[in-house]
Amino acid sequence: MKYAETGFSLEIDLSLGRIEKVEADPRDTALYLGGQGIAAKILFERVPPEVDPFSPDNLLIFSAGLLVGTAAPSANRTVVNTLSPQTNLMSHSLFGGFFGPELKFAGYDRIIIRGKAPDLVYLYIHNDQVEIRDATHLRGKGTTETQDLVKQELKDQRVQVAAIGLAGENRVYMASIDHNHASASRGVGVIMGDKRLKAIAVRGTRDLNVARPAELFELAQALHKKIGEGDGNGDWMAVDEDDSFHHNHFAWGNARTRRKHFWSDELQQRWTKWKYDHMDRQTGCFNCAKKCRNVINWPGRPRFGYKCFGKDTYHMAAFLELDFTYEILGVAQEYGLDSYSTPQVIAFALELLEAGILTDKDFPEMPADSRGRFFYLLEKIVRREGIGDILADSVSHAAKRIGKGAEAFDHNTTKKFEQLPIKLGKLNPAYFLMIATGEKMSITQIEGSFPQDPLPTQEEREAFVSKWEAPPDEKFKKYFLDWKKRDDISDEATCEIVDWNEAMHYIDDSTGLCGFVSSFRGQFGGGVAYHMNNIPQMISHATGMEVDKDRLWKTFQRIRTLVRAVNVRRGLRRKDERPPEDHWAVRDERYEQELLSKYYAFKGWNSEGIPTRQTLEALDLGYAADDLERRAILTAAAGGVAGEPAATAK
Amino acid sequence: MRAGNSAKTVKEIRIDIEKCTGCRACEMACSAFHAKPRYSSVNPARSRIRVVTDEINDEYVPVRAGNHTRTECDGRHFYQLNGKQYGECSFCRAACPSRDFFIEPDSGLPLKCDMCEDEPPLAEPLCVTVCQPGCLTYEERRLEAEINEPEEREAMENGLQSLVNQHGIEAVIDNLKRLSKGQ
Ligand code: SF4
Ligand code: SF4
Ligand code: SF4
Ligand code: SF4
Repeated sequence: MKYAETGFSLEIDLSLGRIEKVEADPRDTALYLGGQGIAAKILFERVPPEVDPFSPDNLLIFSAGLLVGTAAPSANRTVVNTLSPQTNLMSHSLFGGFFGPELKFAGYDRIIIRGKAPDLVYLYIHNDQVEIRDATHLRGKGTTETQDLVKQELKDQRVQVAAIGLAGENRVYMASIDHNHASASRGVGVIMGDKRLKAIAVRGTRDLNVARPAELFELAQALHKKIGEGDGNGDWMAVDEDDSFHHNHFAWGNARTRRKHFWSDELQQRWTKWKYDHMDRQTGCFNCAKKCRNVINWPGRPRFGYKCFGKDTYHMAAFLELDFTYEILGVAQEYGLDSYSTPQVIAFALELLEAGILTDKDFPEMPADSRGRFFYLLEKIVRREGIGDILADSVSHAAKRIGKGAEAFDHNTTKKFEQLPIKLGKLNPAYFLMIATGEKMSITQIEGSFPQDPLPTQEEREAFVSKWEAPPDEKFKKYFLDWKKRDDISDEATCEIVDWNEAMHYIDDSTGLCGFVSSFRGQFGGGVAYHMNNIPQMISHATGMEVDKDRLWKTFQRIRTLVRAVNVRRGLRRKDERPPEDHWAVRDERYEQELLSKYYAFKGWNSEGIPTRQTLEALDLGYAADDLERRAILTAAAGGVAGEPAATAK
Repeated sequence: MRAGNSAKTVKEIRIDIEKCTGCRACEMACSAFHAKPRYSSVNPARSRIRVVTDEINDEYVPVRAGNHTRTECDGRHFYQLNGKQYGECSFCRAACPSRDFFIEPDSGLPLKCDMCEDEPPLAEPLCVTVCQPGCLTYEERRLEAEINEPEEREAMENGLQSLVNQHGIEAVIDNLKRLSKGQ
C-alpha cells in the first residue's frame, strides 16, 4: 500500500489528446519527496535545455506536495513548475486552497502536461475518469467566472478548479493560475495559456492512507491547535491594520520613491473602515486553522480575496490609497494577473512616458489621472493591444524591445524577474546572497527562518532564543545571541543562515506545507509550527520512511542542487546572480563578490555557480554530473574547484 | 433526580455560519476518525460533515449528515440571507439522490453523523475540536421526562423517533422545551 502519496502521475499530451495514468517510481519519493522535488527531476530528465519554453515539449507540472491530503495541518500547497519564457529558467510557483488535496483524493500526486491543444480545452479529472474537454465557450472568461461555469457544467459544486484568465490566454508573462481566491504567480499562467489549457477541474473520492495513523494524527492535532491558537503562524497582515512597515519602507511607483512618513493614524482609520465595511469574511486553506485571506466585496467589482503584501502593490505603484487596490484587484484577478509584477510593469511604462522614451502616441486616448491610467494599461496588457503587447512581456523584455534608454528603467529585476520594491541604505549580507542566488525568483521564497534584524538588547535576544524551537542546530542560537549590528556578522554565519532559510522553502515546496506555518514565518518569532526538528517526524509517520533531520537536510540539498543543475544547463551563471544595483544605496562590489565565492564554495558549486561533480555525486545526482559534462558545462578541471557540499546539519 | 425519572442527554452541535472559513478541517477529521483502522486515511467523501462552499457567492455552510431520503424534494426554495441567496439544499442534512453528500463512495450506502461515539467517550465531537475558527460548538442538554413503565418508555421513544423523523430533532426539542415550560 502507498502512504501519503498515491503513487500515480497523470500524463497528459494535449497535442495528441492522450491521457495516461502512470505509476511513479517509489525511489523518487525517497530521494526527492514530491512537489517541486520530483518536478525538478522530471524537468531535468525530460526537457533538454534546447527546448524553448513555448515549445510543445515544455512541460507544465501541477504537483500536490507529499504531505498534502494527510492530517498534517496546513499541508495543502499545489506546486506548479515549468520553464519560463521570462527568465528562460525553471519557473516555480505555489497556490493554497483545495486543489492539491482533491488531486490526491482523485488518486494522483501530479499532473504532467505536454504539448499544445489545437484550441482552448479544459481537463476534467474525476478519479479514474479523465477527459480533455472543449473550452472554447470559456474563451475570455474571468478566473473565478471560469471556475463557476465549469462547476455548473459538470453539475458538481465540489469540483476544485484552477483556471487562467484572459492574461494567460494571451500569453502575458505576468499571467497567474487562479483557484478560488488563491493564485499561482511568477510566470506559470503564460505556459498554461500557451498550451491552450483554460482550466483543470478535479474531483476525488478516494482514501489517502498514512503509515502510522495514531502517531500522525496526534502530532497533527497538536500542531493544528498551535497554529490556531497563537499568533506565531499565519499571515498577521490579515488582521494587523497598522501597515506602516510596507508603506514607509518599501518604494512606490516603479520601485523608485520612498515615502518615509506616509503612514498616519488618520489614514489607518480610513483604511480600516474601508476594509471592514466591505469584507465578507476571512477564509483559509484546506485543513488549516488560520484565515489569511480577506474576501472583499467592492461595489460594482467582482468579489476577490487577497493575502499579505498583495493588498498594497497596486496603490503603491499608482501613488494612491487602499480604495484603489480594492477597486482594481478584483478586475486584475479575473484577468489572471500576478499582483506583484503587474503593477510594476504599469508603473514602468508610465515612467517611460514621463521620461519621453515613450510618447503620447504610444498611449492613444489614455486618461490623465493615475487611476484611469492603471485601468487603461491593464486592459492594453491583457489584450496585448498596442504598447500593451510589449509590456505584456514584463519589464526586462519590454525595456529591451523599446530601447532608446529604456533599459535604465529596468532597475528592479534579477534574472529578468521583477523583485519586491525594496530600496535600502546599507547592504545586508544575508539578503545579498538570498536575492542573488535564489532560484524561486522572489525574496519571499527564500527568506524566513532566521530573523531579518538583530534584537537590541542581550535580554531580548536571550528571551527570543530561550523559546526558539526551530533552529536545526545550536549554532544558529549562538549566531543570534552574538548578533548586534545588521551587517556585523561572519561570512560563515551568513552562509549557514542563508542555507537554512533556503532549506525550509525547499522542504515546504516538496511536502506542500504552507510557508506561513513554516519556512516564511519563523523569522518573526512567536513559535512557528513546523521546523527541521518536527518535519522529519511528520514525514516518517505519514510515509513510513525513516526520515531524520540529517536525511531531510540532505534531501533539501539534493533538490536544491538539482534545480541549480536544471538552470545552469539553461545558461544560468555567476553574472546573473546580482540583486538590483539600487537595492542598497551603499555597495561594495569586492566584498559582495568575495561573499558570493564563499557561498558557492559552501554550497559545493564552482566559481561560476555550477555544482561540481563531487557535489552532485555526493547527493546521488551523478546522472546530472554526466549530463553537464556531456554538454561541456562541467569540465573535469572546472568541476573540481570547490569541495563537497556544506556539512549536513547535526 | 427523582426516582422514576429518566434523563436523556441531547447532544447538539451549533453552527455559526458567519464564522466558517471553509477550511474543511472538520471533514478531514471526521473521515479520519471513521477510517478503519482509525485515522489511517483521509477522504472527505466519507465525512459525516460537509461544508457547502461557493466562494463566488461567499457561501460557507457546514452540514452534518442526517437521515436518508429516497427522493429529492421538488419545488425547492431559495433563501435570502444577508443579501446572499442560498438554495434549500445548502442547509439540508439528507443523503439524497440530488447530490452525493453523505453517501459512502464505495458502497453507496448513506452516512450518518454518530456524534463520534467512542469508548471511552471523547470530550467533544472531533469536528468541533478541530474547528478552530469557532464555527462549530458542542452543546449537551439534559432532557428529563417522567417514565413509569419500561413498555411505556419504549412506546414513547418510538413515538418520539417518528416525530424526529417527521420534523427533525431540533423542532421536536424546541417543542418539548416549550411544553416543559408549561406554555
Ligand atoms: S496559514 Fe494561511 S495561507 Fe497558510 S494554509 Fe493556513 S490559511 Fe492558508
Ligand atoms: S438535498 Fe435535501 S433539500 Fe435538496 S433535494 Fe435532497 S432532500 Fe431536498
Ligand atoms: S460529530 Fe463526529 S461523526 Fe458527527 S460530523 Fe462531527 S466528526 Fe463526524
Ligand atoms: S472546521 Fe469549522 S471553520 Fe473549518 S470548514 Fe469546518 S465548520 Fe468551517
